[in-house]
Amino acid sequence: MTHAQQLTEAQSVVAACRADFPALDQDVNGHRLVYLDSAASAQQPSAVIDAIAHYERHDHANVHRGVHTLSHRATDAYEGARETLRAFINAASTTEVVFTSGTTESINLVAQSFCRPKLGPGDKVLITHLEHHANIVPWQLVCEQTGAELVVAPINDRGELELDALYALMDDAVRLLAVSHVSNALGTINPIKDIIAKAHSRDIPVLVDGAQGVPHMKVDVRDLDCDFYAFSGHKMFGPTGTGVLYGKESLLDAMPPYQGGGDMILEVSFSGTTFNELPYKFEAGTPNISGVVGFGAAAKYLEDLGMQNVEAWENELSHYMTQQLAAIDGIRLIGTAKHKASVQSFLLGDIHPHDLGTILDHQGVAIRTGHHCAMPVMEFFGVPGTARASLALYNNFDDVDRLVSALDKALEIFA
Amino acid sequence: MTAGSLHTDDVRDLYRDLILDHARNPRHFGKLDHTTHSAEGINPLCGDKLRLYLDVDADETIKGAAFEGSGCAISVASASLLTDTVIGLSSEDAMAIFDAVTAQLSGGDAPGDRKVDLGKLRALAGVREYPTRVKCATLAWHALKSALRQDTAPASTE
Repeated sequence: MTHAQQLTEAQSVVAACRADFPALDQDVNGHRLVYLDSAASAQQPSAVIDAIAHYERHDHANVHRGVHTLSHRATDAYEGARETLRAFINAASTTEVVFTSGTTESINLVAQSFCRPKLGPGDKVLITHLEHHANIVPWQLVCEQTGAELVVAPINDRGELELDALYALMDDAVRLLAVSHVSNALGTINPIKDIIAKAHSRDIPVLVDGAQGVPHMKVDVRDLDCDFYAFSGHKMFGPTGTGVLYGKESLLDAMPPYQGGGDMILEVSFSGTTFNELPYKFEAGTPNISGVVGFGAAAKYLEDLGMQNVEAWENELSHYMTQQLAAIDGIRLIGTAKHKASVQSFLLGDIHPHDLGTILDHQGVAIRTGHHCAMPVMEFFGVPGTARASLALYNNFDDVDRLVSALDKALEIFA
Repeated sequence: MTAGSLHTDDVRDLYRDLILDHARNPRHFGKLDHTTHSAEGINPLCGDKLRLYLDVDADETIKGAAFEGSGCAISVASASLLTDTVIGLSSEDAMAIFDAVTAQLSGGDAPGDRKVDLGKLRALAGVREYPTRVKCATLAWHALKSALRQDTAPASTE
């Protein structure tokens, strides 16, 4: 199949999907909504909204408990979503798919349960300058708790990891490398498969922060050979308050529980408790059942569309957006990595990002402004924040044109 | 009816010429030779940050005011207008202006019976229609309040 044919197929598949997202079908401030903030939180298709509503209306009960019919249905729906998500990332087994409240909790779980027991003075945790706060602060905390050192690998002016420097930092004292798959502020796609192979050659386990990876590309955790992969439901068109920690079974098995409570136990007495098997050992208490049902529906929606179609469409759109933005007088594109997802940070003349955000919102164009929870990245580029337009599968060329004309209007006001 | 149809004002009602002028050419930008009171204002959501300096004499008259920092057009213009306004006022009158400005921005009435003529500070009224931006406009004013009270913690809009 030629590239053009692939694109045509992707375009037709994806062009039809915009109508699946009811929130996009509205006017904001008198203009058709153009939603360019999917990297912060993506909109949900009707398939997700309906799956949650159906569950709440018909099947809700607690999971893994009662023998009655509704409890059985709720358990099937919850565990069915786990299987869908296992297949979505190609994990070997559902025992490796732990449900969490999101990427942040997934990373904290690894910091506290995997790292904390093995860290002490003289040990290191290695992260990069590209990370957002969720992949910085949990490591700072565990380093403070244990006396270990947090080491940060550098980036270059295009917003790419300096790989030689990163590899040079992988010494015998490093107990874990935590690195993002895709930068949320800059869109940089890191060569994580190579990075993981290099880390493993030095016996360093790797956690990948995949919050911005899963919405944009096919992720295969076995192909990547990552030890942990963390991601959120709401960045991939599912509900907020849902996430997954993928972990290799041998590693999860050896880790102590993260939180105590119901569902994570086999037997409790006051003399001691026997913990449940994987993945339940890490899922204390009644989980976010309806959210997980929606999360599973989102993964199924993406599988049905085909991640290769999503990726092809977004690449085309992203290329067009970068071209159109670069042509605007006085624009400064921040993050110009060779391999990028459909996220573009920028500054326009001396207009503060928040003023841009307000002027664009007034024209129905929703972008993110500020530090994108990645203050060290902003500091690197010497800016307090940026404006960021992020595309998802439901955006189109017209959205990009609307962004550009809204930016022209901002230039006019601040002329 | 969508929320948008209620929102008919032009965005220029927010970015009035006076606001843009003060944002581009902030008055009293920098430090004072002599500072008796100062406070920092931080808007953690936006990262806007400014420091306000005051020179208040023994009679509680504000002899000088200046500010430094970075922020959006609204927060810089508001700080610039603030310094322009409070120089020559008593601390008490400056606090009455604080009450009137924050009331104007929140759409409520200022506490107390005093009628305060806001003058050119009325240019900030457009911000009221943009709830997400009200904190930008009030940042410098909260710093003023902290400075006059000699609070040690930075003023925050959160």
